[in-house]
Formats: sequence, C-alpha cells, structure tokens
Amino acid sequence: MGKTIRNSRTRTVNFITYALVIIAYIILQSMVSSGNIKSVLKGMLVPICAYIVMAVSLNLTVGVLGELSLGHAGFMSVGAFTGVTAAMAMFYGIPGVAPWLRLLVGMVTGAVFAAVAGLLIGIPVLRLRGDYLAIVTLAFGEIIKSLINNLYVGFDSKGFHLSMLEDKTNLLEGGKLIIGGPMGIGGIKKISNLTAGFILVMITLIVVFHIMNSRSGRAIMAIRDNRIAAESVGINVTKYKLTVFTISAALAGAAGALFAMNYSTIVANKFDFNTSILVLVFVVLGGLSNMLGSVIAAAALTILPEALRQFSEYRMLVYAIVLILVMLATNNPALRALIDKLKPGRKNEEKEG
Amino acid sequence: MKKVFAIILAAAMVFALGASAFADGAFKIGGTGPLTGGAAIYGNAAANGAAIAVEEINALGGIQFELKYEDDTHDAEKAINAYNTLKDWGMQISLGSVTSTPCVATASETYDDRIFAITPSASAVAVTEDKDNMFQMCFADPNQGSASAQYIMDKGLASKVAVIWKNDDVYSKGIYETFKAKAAELGLELVSDTTFADGNDTDFSVQVADAQANGAELIFLPMYYTPASLILAQADKIGYTPKFFGVDGMDGILTLEGFDTALAEGVMLLTPFNADATDEKTVSFVTKYQEKYGEIPNQFAADGYDCVYAYCQALTNAGCTPDMSAEEICDAMIEQFTTMTFNGITGDNMTWGTDGAVTKGPKGMVISNGAYVGMD
Repeated sequence: MGKTIRNSRTRTVNFITYALVIIAYIILQSMVSSGNIKSVLKGMLVPICAYIVMAVSLNLTVGVLGELSLGHAGFMSVGAFTGVTAAMAMFYGIPGVAPWLRLLVGMVTGAVFAAVAGLLIGIPVLRLRGDYLAIVTLAFGEIIKSLINNLYVGFDSKGFHLSMLEDKTNLLEGGKLIIGGPMGIGGIKKISNLTAGFILVMITLIVVFHIMNSRSGRAIMAIRDNRIAAESVGINVTKYKLTVFTISAALAGAAGALFAMNYSTIVANKFDFNTSILVLVFVVLGGLSNMLGSVIAAAALTILPEALRQFSEYRMLVYAIVLILVMLATNNPALRALIDKLKPGRKNEEKEG
Repeated sequence: MKKVFAIILAAAMVFALGASAFADGAFKIGGTGPLTGGAAIYGNAAANGAAIAVEEINALGGIQFELKYEDDTHDAEKAINAYNTLKDWGMQISLGSVTSTPCVATASETYDDRIFAITPSASAVAVTEDKDNMFQMCFADPNQGSASAQYIMDKGLASKVAVIWKNDDVYSKGIYETFKAKAAELGLELVSDTTFADGNDTDFSVQVADAQANGAELIFLPMYYTPASLILAQADKIGYTPKFFGVDGMDGILTLEGFDTALAEGVMLLTPFNADATDEKTVSFVTKYQEKYGEIPNQFAADGYDCVYAYCQALTNAGCTPDMSAEEICDAMIEQFTTMTFNGITGDNMTWGTDGAVTKGPKGMVISNGAYVGMD
C-alpha cells in the first residue's frame, strides 16, 4: 500500500513540474509573439532553458546517483563546439537548409559527442568514489577547455580539416575556419529559440522522470543509498553508473549546443570551473534529486543577477546574501513542516500511518 | 469667444512647448564593460572617460547626452544581458563593449538592431568584421602587433626578442601572430616563444628563464597587465633585466593594487594616448580625471572620452536630433564616420574605413618614476 502512495506522490510532483514548465512556456511565448516583453528577459529565455537542462541533468548524477561531478560544464562545452560546428558546416555545405533542422542536427550532434565523452571519461573515472571522482571530473572540465583552446577546425569542399596548436588547416578557396583556437567560434547564426529550449527541457524532464520511476532508477538509488547492499542483491553497479553518467552528459551536450547557438560567438573559457559550480549551485539550492527545485533554482538564479542590476557594484554581494537566505529558509524546521503539510498526498500517508 | 480662443491658444502653446522640450532631449548613449571582476580597470576607465566627455559637452548647452554604462564582467553572456538592459532603457547610440569577447557578442546585436556603435577599446578584428555599423576607436589587434615590431626595429631597441603570450586569449593571440610575422619580415630574431593560459597564469619562472637562457634583450608582452606584473616580478627575482615592451593591455599596470611600481620602471608600451602630453585638450582631460577619480587616466579612459566627442562631432555634422530613431541615427552615423576626420586626445586626424577600423599614429611610452612618459 505504501508503495502506491509513494508512486502517486511522485506522479503528482512530476505532473506539477511538467505543468509549470508548459504554463511558463505558453505565457512567455505569447509575450514574445505579441512583442510585449522586455529585451533583457527575452534575451535570457534560451540561456534559462539551457541552464535548466544543465541543472536537471546534473541532478541526475549528483542527486539520484549520488556522485559529485564538478565537470558538467565540460560536457556542455563538448556539445556546444561540436553542435555549432555541425550546424555551421551544414549551413555552408548544404545551402538552403531550414534553421530548425540545423538547430536539431546541432543539438543531436552535441548530445552524441558529449555522450561519447561521458562514456569515455566514465569508464576509468567511475571506479573512483567521492572526493576522487569530484577531483577527476574537475580535471576533465579543465582538459576540455585546454583542448578546445588549441583546436582548429575548418570546413571546405573536401570536408573537415583538424589541427592542434596552430592553424594548419590549409583550407581551400571558399573554405571556412569554424573553431579558431582561443578565438572559439565566431559568426554563429543565432538560430536557438524559446520553443527549441522548451522542447529540450520537456525531453530532459521526461527522460529523467522515466529513469527515476523505473526499475533502473530504483537500482540507481539503491546504489546511492548503500552500494554494498545493492551489489549484494546482484545490481551491476558499473553498468548503472555508466548509464547515468552518459545520459547526463548527453543532455548537457544538447544544452550546450542550444546555448551556443543563441550567441554570435562562443569561447572555450566560458565553460570553465565557475560554470560547473554555478550549475551545482542550482542543483544544491533546488534540492538533491528534486527536479522541480532544479528547474526553479536554475531559472531564478539566472534572472536574479539581472534583476539586481540597480544595485550596480553591490549586485554580487546581494546575490550571495540571497543565496544564504534561501539556504537558511529551506532548512528551517518550522518552514519545512509547513511545506510538508502543503505537499500533495501528505494527508493520505498520515491516515495510513 | 475671445476667451475660448485664448484658452485654445494657450493650450496649443503648452503643447508646443511640451513637444519642443521633447525634441530638446538628450541622446541616449549606452555601453557595456567590466565594471567589476578581473578586467574592471578597463571598464571603469572607459566609463569614467566617457562620463567626463558627456559632462563637458552637456555644459556647453548644445547637443545633450545621457550616458549609461552597464556591467558585463568581461563575459559574452552577461554582455548580452547588459546590452538588452540598455535597449530597454531606450539606447539610441552605443559605445559597444570595452573588451573584445563581449564586444563580438554585442556587436552582432547592434548590427541586427541597427544601432550604431563605436567601441573605445575592443580591438579584435572579429568585432567589426562584416558589420557596417560597428567602429573602433582603438587599433585593431593585427595593427598593434605589426606596429610594435616596426617600432622596436625602427628605434633599434633590440635584435634578439622573446615573446610570452596567452594562448587561450583572442587579444593576445591576435597581436602575437602579426608581431611574429612582422618580426620575421623585418629580420628581428625571435629567440624565445613561450605561452601561458587561464589557470596557469600565476607562475612565470619557466617562461622568463627560457627568455634569459636564449639571451633575449627584449621581452614582448602582448597581454593584460595582471600577468605582465607577475612576469616583471619574476624577472626581477632572478636578476634578469631585459627591456620590456607591451601593448595597450599593459596600460593600467601602475594603478594595479598591491603592485610595486618600481618593477615597471623602464617598461615600454605602445599606446595611442600619452597622459603627459602638453596640448591643451589632454591637460584639461587629465586634470579633470584626476580631480574626479584620483588617478592618472590610462588609454581606455582617453578612448572612452574620444568616442563621445566623435559622436558629438558626427551628430552635429549630420544634424541629428534626439527624437530620431536609433535606425535613422545609425544611417547618418555610418555616413559621417566613414567620411569625417576627427581630432581627439588619442590621435590627430583620425579617419575610419568602411571596415570600421581607425587610422591613427601610435605613440611609444615608457614608464619612468611611476608615470607614463612619451618616448618621442
């Protein structure tokens, strides 16, 4: 009996998350199409979607699997650079392709490459636990940054040309240098839009919720709660860890491609340690394995620094104070009891008890 | 009947007055720059310089400006947010962004929105590339590199040269590449070529030792002042005293907090602005800047100042009024900037090409007794 109640409760929370995202999308989209929206908010819509996907996918690793990853921006970077490269090559290689198709190809390419990176890094790394895993993922993020800073990719009629350290691509006439080392990618066609962001957020939520509420999800959470016990009942720890890590990386890669195609230029230094920590802050503030929390935290904390512009130099100070206050408030026992009371399904459980 | 007529007349006059007050309003001029964070010296200097120019021009009573600077923390994403904030405020003409990477991002927005922009100091080529309404007040990176090599050669400063550059930075790499090409062309011998990147920019013992071991007489430092200050300290520590030559990023090193200015003694840099110049315009600007902000203005402040004056001249010539839309002003400005000649404190007889790049002569400076002094 207890299990069905738990199920119905998670279902309600999932439903609220979907509903919230859909309602937000409908309101914002109608504001955008009627032109009744401030430029500053309009400019932040796509980044917010990308950050939501980043937060939810990292929450899958940190909250559900229970492994601390400090290199999530590295996967975002892989997705951004491969995705934009694919979209740009398509633009120059096959004239007349619809922007949405280029965006789709870019995001899928980003997701695939990031997934491969996640798998490759996951095989050696997931043997490590706790602090060690955190340190190695941190290093991974830095390695990706250095690699891309020294990578030159060009595209001409003969296909792709790659070189490291120096621009030795020797492009043919009419060729185009896409990734220019520290210059990153310039001249990106800005094809990301809110609808694409919304679809990616929905896909991410569906994927993550389905994993959490499946047999695999229960196995993953069992690994998090007690690895030895999980192993003793025959759960293949490595397989599940690797699966989660790869899915999380793929989603981050798609988010990276979406994010990059919202700007005319993107440099590898954007996806540094600070970005990884920023996403981790979204996750921690929203609550571990609480996806609704991640969505709200990512959106709120992206808007907050802009909303605080009136404080000019004191902006980041106020931002930090707000973070501390939110942490204190959400950990306040009285407030928690109040929230618990309001939570759906709570009454039923009490009756059961 | 007379009464009614009088009332209507009065109402019409009030209305006309209101309308003319609107027309007499100010041009809304906006810019983004790093007002906080690691590159804050540049952003604040440019913003302060522009503010002084606006104050002076407004005091004359002719064209009126309203200036607003928003913080972009030297980040492209934040720069777009800052730019959009300015757009919501009603910006008509833009000062772009102060640093290169954010400016590449905002330039694409100003291009799409048809808002004219001139950046005080974003020197990357990508800033103005393929954009008809984006101009630069500073030299573009390639010019800085080749001009530096030319200057070193012409003045006979050294024959064996070392370069330390930042290989994950648009600005540094842009200058390095043209410097290297020009040096090879002129016959300057490049004996040591070492790099650093974000995250390993605190220890320069390897790079400096390499330059010393190869007998470099001069080290070229195409970078911002923070790593440059550490290189100077490192060379001092091992008792190595080559000549140091920097570019506009070196400007600001004397105001860096906690930096021993004695280390920068004798450092040369190529910059278009000389705070020690004795012409009337520069003296008045430097005095005002010192009164208001308590420090000697660097090149970024001068660039910001010149940008506003260039706007003043172009708007006057074109006969623009503040009630014109950003797009109308944009067309007029493109025409003005590609045809006019401007005399500012960062150079005389400046002209702009249709690619947005400026033509003006660089000035060699040397740091002496804790101040920038002209070399010529």
